[in-house]
Amino acid sequence: MIGQKAKRMLFLISVTALLMGLIVSNAVAQQPPPPESGAEAEVKWFDPEHTNVLVVVVLYSAIVIFCIYYARRREMYIRPIAGLEAVNDAIGRATEMGRPILYVSGLSGISDIATITSMLILGHLAKRTAAYETPLIVPCNDPLVMTAEREIVHQAYTEAGKPDAYEPDNIYFITDSQFGYTAAVDGIMVREKPAAIFFMGYFYAEALILAETGNMTGAIQIAGTDADTQLPFFITACDYTLMGEELYAASAYLSRNPLLLAQLKGQDMGKVLLGAAIIIGVTLATVCTFVAPDIIEMFLSWFKV
Amino acid sequence: MPAAAATSSTIFGLSTEIIGIWVAALLTLAIYSFLYADNPVYKVAEHIFVGISAAYGAVILYYQALLPKLVKPLIIPLIDRVWHPELADATSPRYTLLVPMFLGLLIFSRFVPKYDWLSRWPIAFVMGLYAGLSIPRSVQEIILKQMHGTMLPLLPRGANGGYDFLTGFSNLLLVMGVICTLAYFYFSARHEGLLGRVSRVGVWFLMVAFGAGFGNTVMARISLLIGRVQFLLYDWLPTIGIHLGGPGMG
Repeated sequence: MIGQKAKRMLFLISVTALLMGLIVSNAVAQQPPPPESGAEAEVKWFDPEHTNVLVVVVLYSAIVIFCIYYARRREMYIRPIAGLEAVNDAIGRATEMGRPILYVSGLSGISDIATITSMLILGHLAKRTAAYETPLIVPCNDPLVMTAEREIVHQAYTEAGKPDAYEPDNIYFITDSQFGYTAAVDGIMVREKPAAIFFMGYFYAEALILAETGNMTGAIQIAGTDADTQLPFFITACDYTLMGEELYAASAYLSRNPLLLAQLKGQDMGKVLLGAAIIIGVTLATVCTFVAPDIIEMFLSWFKV
Repeated sequence: MPAAAATSSTIFGLSTEIIGIWVAALLTLAIYSFLYADNPVYKVAEHIFVGISAAYGAVILYYQALLPKLVKPLIIPLIDRVWHPELADATSPRYTLLVPMFLGLLIFSRFVPKYDWLSRWPIAFVMGLYAGLSIPRSVQEIILKQMHGTMLPLLPRGANGGYDFLTGFSNLLLVMGVICTLAYFYFSARHEGLLGRVSRVGVWFLMVAFGAGFGNTVMARISLLIGRVQFLLYDWLPTIGIHLGGPGMG
């Protein structure tokens, strides 16, 4: 169990690293002068060309902070998401059949947003499988993801009051090779015969191979990815599919944590603003074709990166 | 083949190239045997694949990351400085690399139960750093660039100065698609009434896009299969005296 002090320390490390990342990304974005010019690269803390990025980040952060403040006073509603409603059914099915649950968290590294979301979902899933003592198998293709997932599952089992049921050997590294990993996971599916299979995270060309094999074994399959090129394959081969944003919403949906719900509300408000900006932009672009083309050029130039 | 065989080395009188083709062909057939059912031949191929790829990954990691980014700039100069101080031209070690090295080593604290909590530090650092790196990039690529590309005139003028209605219709479809799809991903309200209808149109747009993506990718996969079958027919079969003609080594 992580203590408050350790949590604070991890938070401090993450925030420091996040600020470092923001500063470094801004420095990387600034193009150095060509070597033939003889000019020395000037290091700037802020690139005025990226003011639009700063405005969007600040605006979005303000919306999320407002939503967190708002969430303390009122309960927030989230519309039903079919794929997430089915998570409990999948766990129940596996428990009744006495078979394990297979959880595949994609092929991306620990830095990918889809992988981070996938790990959050795994935490909620593990809490429920711990309660029913249903085996949870998590084959990984990244050693860092494996380490983090072991921590998350261990934490979930401890919180569920079943620390002894936690099996660290069920969360293991296979290989970082895309198709080597796929061949191994296919083998696990047909040998372990899981009752439920979860594909949550970022997937590449292996998506259809994995989902088809899982389909052949008769397991209930729930997939979630923000890889738009792989979504069609999951939609055709899985029982439920979380598309893009639905994957990001999953963690808030499953946990009903007010902080996460507030973030989701903030994202929704961001989408409303995006939609409004697009409608204004399209209207201006259409009207200004007739009257003043300069105005639309000025407006659009703000969105250029 | 004879020209190739003449230049390649041999093992037990067989060209290494021929041996390579046989290994590749047998492993291909072993992997495809899974299409029938799980079997010992597939298990052998699977374990070879996993073992070799894991080992290959470790070697690549050493040569492409550890060696140029840590061993050469820090470890070797440090060893030179300690054990060979007489080497005057020894490059000075980059001591700043001690920080990432220390963070990396903390991962191994998992093997010491008393200190396994330390392994969370590098994970927290990596996650935080990459989140910081990806925020501006995501805002640029996913939000601003997409918005810029969507703000299109619904009655654009063509090259001849007149109205280009076809492009206008295409722009309208694009804008409608984006707005309706955004509505589908709106989670904090019930999808009823106007929002429900708009989001349903968004789902249609999504499904049309997925259908096009599905067809496109399946075509690419078929071409990969054709490549493998061509390898078996035109590279492997000639080694056992069956010549079908067509592309390949033979």
